[in-house]
Amino acid sequence: MPQKSIRQALNEALAQEMRRDPTIVVIGEDVAGGAATEGQRDAYGGVLGVTKGLFAEFGEARVIDTPITESAIMGAAAGAAVTGLRPVAELMFSDFFGVCFDQIFNQAAKFRYMFGGKAKTPLVIRTMIGAGRSAAAQHSQSPYHIFTSVPGLKCVVPSNAYDAKGLLIQAIRDDDPVIFCEHKLMYDLRAEVPDEPYTIPFGEANIVRDGDDVTVVALSRMVHYANEAADTLAKEGIECELIDPRTTSPLDEDTILESVERTGRLVVVDEATPRCSIATDIAALVADKAFAALKAPVRRVTAPHTPVPFAPVLEKLYIPSPERIAAKIREVHGYAE
Amino acid sequence: MSAAVTAITMPKWGLTMTEGTVVGWLKQQGQRFAEGEEILEIETPKITNVVEAPSAGTLRRIVAQAGATLPIGALLAVVAPDEVPEAEIDAFVAGFAVVEPSTSEEAQAEGVKPRDIEVAGRRLRYLDLGEGDGAPVLLVHGFGADVNTWMFTQPALATRRRTVALDLPGHGGSAKDVGAGDAENLTDAVEGALETLDMKRVHLVGHSMGGAIAALVASRRPERVASLTLIASAGLGPEINTSFIDGFVGASRRREATEVLGLLMHDPALVSRAMVEDVLRYKRLDGVSSALAKIAEAWFAGGRQSLDLRGRIAALVMPVQLVWGREDRIIPVAHAEAVANHLPVRILDAAGHLPHMEKAGEVVRLIDQFIGSVSERVGT
Repeated sequence: MPQKSIRQALNEALAQEMRRDPTIVVIGEDVAGGAATEGQRDAYGGVLGVTKGLFAEFGEARVIDTPITESAIMGAAAGAAVTGLRPVAELMFSDFFGVCFDQIFNQAAKFRYMFGGKAKTPLVIRTMIGAGRSAAAQHSQSPYHIFTSVPGLKCVVPSNAYDAKGLLIQAIRDDDPVIFCEHKLMYDLRAEVPDEPYTIPFGEANIVRDGDDVTVVALSRMVHYANEAADTLAKEGIECELIDPRTTSPLDEDTILESVERTGRLVVVDEATPRCSIATDIAALVADKAFAALKAPVRRVTAPHTPVPFAPVLEKLYIPSPERIAAKIREVHGYAE
Repeated sequence: MSAAVTAITMPKWGLTMTEGTVVGWLKQQGQRFAEGEEILEIETPKITNVVEAPSAGTLRRIVAQAGATLPIGALLAVVAPDEVPEAEIDAFVAGFAVVEPSTSEEAQAEGVKPRDIEVAGRRLRYLDLGEGDGAPVLLVHGFGADVNTWMFTQPALATRRRTVALDLPGHGGSAKDVGAGDAENLTDAVEGALETLDMKRVHLVGHSMGGAIAALVASRRPERVASLTLIASAGLGPEINTSFIDGFVGASRRREATEVLGLLMHDPALVSRAMVEDVLRYKRLDGVSSALAKIAEAWFAGGRQSLDLRGRIAALVMPVQLVWGREDRIIPVAHAEAVANHLPVRILDAAGHLPHMEKAGEVVRLIDQFIGSVSERVGT
């Protein structure tokens, strides 16, 4: 099977879905890529390179470059979704959600409910998350926990190219608004990706590795760090079961709970800040529903409760590292009742 | 160095296996064994299976201890007659280590890549292994499966003859267009593949629904079929476990798929998470659900097999044998027992609907011996 990067997988998902369904449109800043440049209407394919080729194939009616105005992008997309199109809107950096959150949080997420189930809002918002590129405090956050907390929004955090393609197609075919969070350091990460279109259901976690000693739940880029930590610990005789929820809303509670019921130990790894986070949410879930199975306190490995530092040295300390994850797993594994 | 010194190496089971773990040795160092005896158990992410002795000998040296994870082709043990001196065994082990694993691995990986053919406008994937003078073998999988169902069967048969496994339409890497999904449509595809692959005369082996398809090919084109082996085959009676068929068609999540796949095995613990993941990855592809639903409707509507091939199988001119797992929970073993008075029937204990996976060595031997006896008789 061909190896593809996350960038290629997302591009392929968009192109295949746009070919299948003429109501799908892409809208955002620079999504046509270099549209302002003389003679080069599709030079780059957006700042992320994910939409490359779409403008050439589908034209300006379906690949819509916008001014730098997130509120207009999300407003137009939410309105288009509720009136019959299936927009895939791009919020270049998730950090910018603040200026367009009314359109997402109080409009798109509420339409189905406010109109008594008669309206549907098939809207996908692709957005970039994550620290690690010295992009500083305003371009490095991972606010998926905020999207997750909103009833009416679905939230996807893929960790690999196979999942990225299947989950994006699922998001496009879903009749509710979906926030699709792409980690900015993972676009070149490769995996085996089928050429055909396929969907991965929401709310179905991926078990990245099996183990009986400690359950580790990790999201997005942290899946890879947690897997590195698990490799190290396997050599020490500690077998981790690594779970990637893939979607934070809906969340596959059963897979996490069943695993903890077997291992009795849980570490949650989350690149976001710790207060009111997915890590905290999953810790609470397990404390609530699997307390009797626990043999050790639930531990979280997260960023500190601070903005993301610009200085590379501090930024490196900010992001959970494989070493920190391994140390926390060791602590939980060694905890005596 | 004596030619009687041979290696037991890490086998390659299935398309994706790159390494395996030695679970344990079932024979001790120094122990003698006969051909076909179980030597050791190997675990892959997909499945655990035993390695059987390719010929009689003595297990002179265990090189890979239990727990060791090694790439395919790695030396696991040395087999030689008792009279071969220890020094020669030492030299064999030392000499073996000199083999450059990277190049041989690449060559091996290249050799087991499936390829595509086009039959009547449809893409069909097939895996072509081995060569030999006799008529080749064509393997036809069952409902919802693909070439990987033959992961233990095909490499073993391919040591003596060309062995081709085919993905039926709607399955594996083949096109997902199945027309009405009926026997006619799928049988046409297999016949077309025989033409396109220039297989003039073959030994057909079919499993479950693939058995019925193989029987139809044999009935329609008897001149092309040297022998027919039907494993847990459809077409021999009305009963079929619809909770498997419906469950397989409907399963989109790991939990459902695990439960349904468990029905295939005598020992459901053999269903690994990787096996479930493979099935889910296949089922998630656009077009698969509707293809499977169409096939299920055409073949098993109302919880019964719609195709009764008992008359046509009885009338076949080529040798036919049946292989069945005694604990089959999909198609009852009674279907085989009912025809045992006029056809050779081999019933395997402690095997479910996939005897070629659960009792891989025995099934390979049964096919090999059957094909061998046929070849002698008719001189193909």
